[in-house]
Amino acid sequence: MATTYFTTDHEWLRVEGGIATVGITDYAQEQLGDLVFVELPETGKKLTKGDTAVVVESVKAASDVYAPVDGEITEANGTLSSDPSLVNSAATGAGWLWKMKLADESQLAGLMDEAAYKAHIG
Amino acid sequence: MTGDDTKHLPLEDIHMAAGARFGAFAGWSMPLTYPAGVMKEHLHTREQAGLFDISHMKLFEVSGPEAVALLNRACPLDAGALEISQSKLSFFLNEAGGILDDLIVTSLGDTRFMVVANAGNAVADEKHLRALAADFDAKVEPLDRVFLAIQGPEAWAALSRAGIETGSLLFMHGVEPRKNWFMSRSGYTGEDGFEIGLPEADARDLVAKLLGDERVLWIGLAARDSLRLEAGLCLHGQDITPETDPASAALMWAIPKEVRASGAFIGADALRAAVERGPAQKRVGLKPEGRQPVRAGAALFDADGNPAGHVTSGGFGPSAGHPVAMGYVATPLAKPGTRVFADVRGTKIPVDISSLPFTPHRYRKG
Repeated sequence: MATTYFTTDHEWLRVEGGIATVGITDYAQEQLGDLVFVELPETGKKLTKGDTAVVVESVKAASDVYAPVDGEITEANGTLSSDPSLVNSAATGAGWLWKMKLADESQLAGLMDEAAYKAHIG
Repeated sequence: MTGDDTKHLPLEDIHMAAGARFGAFAGWSMPLTYPAGVMKEHLHTREQAGLFDISHMKLFEVSGPEAVALLNRACPLDAGALEISQSKLSFFLNEAGGILDDLIVTSLGDTRFMVVANAGNAVADEKHLRALAADFDAKVEPLDRVFLAIQGPEAWAALSRAGIETGSLLFMHGVEPRKNWFMSRSGYTGEDGFEIGLPEADARDLVAKLLGDERVLWIGLAARDSLRLEAGLCLHGQDITPETDPASAALMWAIPKEVRASGAFIGADALRAAVERGPAQKRVGLKPEGRQPVRAGAALFDADGNPAGHVTSGGFGPSAGHPVAMGYVATPLAKPGTRVFADVRGTKIPVDISSLPFTPHRYRKG
C-alpha cells in the first residue's frame, strides 16, 4: 500500500517498499507554466535532502526541484526527455520525475499529508 | 511581492478579471501570463491576434520650432528627413556611444514628433530629453495614455471589426486617428500589428470590443518575450545596454549614412571611433542543439574552450520549436554556422551562431 507525502516545496512522494516516486504537484506545474525541458538525474546518484535533483525549464525560466529526503536515484522518467509537457498535463501521474531508494525512512515523518498540503497552498 | 513603489496598469482590474498572473517588470506589476499559458498565447499571436497591455512604456510628444534639432542632438537620427507619419527606430546614446535606450520616433508634422520609450528607462529618458531641451526651442511632454499592442495576422481585421480602420497605414508609420490617440503599425513580435496609445476611457471601450472578437486573446509579458526573441528583437537592459554601442549590437542599419558620417548627436565621436576600430564583439542569434534552453548570463566558449562571449537572452521558441537565444561573441566567430559552446550548470551545450530572426518577419510593408 503506497503512502503519499507532500513537501512545502510543492513536491509529492509516493512511497512503497522503501522506494519513493517523486514529482511536483499540480499547483507547482501551474505556477511554472508550460515546461519545455527536464534535466533528469543519473541512476545511482546519491542525494541529500535539499540537493538539486532535477531542473525543470519552462519557456521563461529554469527551476530546481530538490531532493525531499536522502536517498539514491533508482530511475528517472525518461519519457520526459521527449515529452516534458507530461509534467503539466499529468503532474501527479505520468509526469513523475524520479524514483529514489530512501536512506532514512524516518525523514518522511517531517512531510505533510494531502490534507495538510491543501491547507498549505490555501 | 510588490513594494509600495510598484506601478500598476490603469487597466489592472481588467487583467485580474481575465485571470492574469502578475509579476514585477521594470518597476511595474505586469500580467506575465493569462490562463491560456505562455505557449498557447505565443502561438495564438502568430496565428490570429494577441492583445498586449504595454502601458508601462512611455509616450512623449516633442514639439516646437527646434524639435528636429533637439531630436537630432538626442538621437543618431535625421528627424527632419522623416516624412510625416514615418517612424524610425533610434537610440539615446551616452558620450561613449553606449545605448541608454532604444526608441521609436514618429513624425507627426514638421515640428511635432512622438517618441516611444521603454518602461525601465522612461524616467531617465524624460530627464535626459528635458535637460537637452533646455538648449532648444522645443517642448517635451510625457503623455498620460493607456498603450495597447495588437499583434498577429488578424490584428487589422479585429481592429476593423472594432471600428478602427487601419487602411493604408504601413509598417513603421504612425498617425493620430482620433483626439489624443496615437496609432502606429509596429510592434515587437515580428508580426503585422499595431500599437495604440489612447485615453483610459477610450481604451476600456476598445478592449471590450476587441475581446468580444474570438480571434483576440490577452497575451502576457512571458509570451511577449518569447515572441520578440524569436523575431530577433533586442530587449534593452539585456541585449543592449549602456555598455553596448549600435555597432557591436548590429544595429547600425538604424542610423542613416549621412548621420553616421556627419551627425552631431551625443556619442557621435565615440561611435565613429568604434565603427573605425571595428567592434570586438557582435550581437548574434544563437541556436542551441537539442531541447535544453540556454539562458541569459550563460558563458560561451569556442571549440578550444577559450571564452567566446555570453548569452543576453535565451529561452524556448514555441513557433521555432527549439530553444532560441541571442548574445555577443567575438567578432571573428560572428558568422552563421559557427559552433560555440554554452556553459549550462557545468555542462557544455553546443550552440550554433544563427542568423536572425528565428521566425520570418511578416510586416506589412506595402
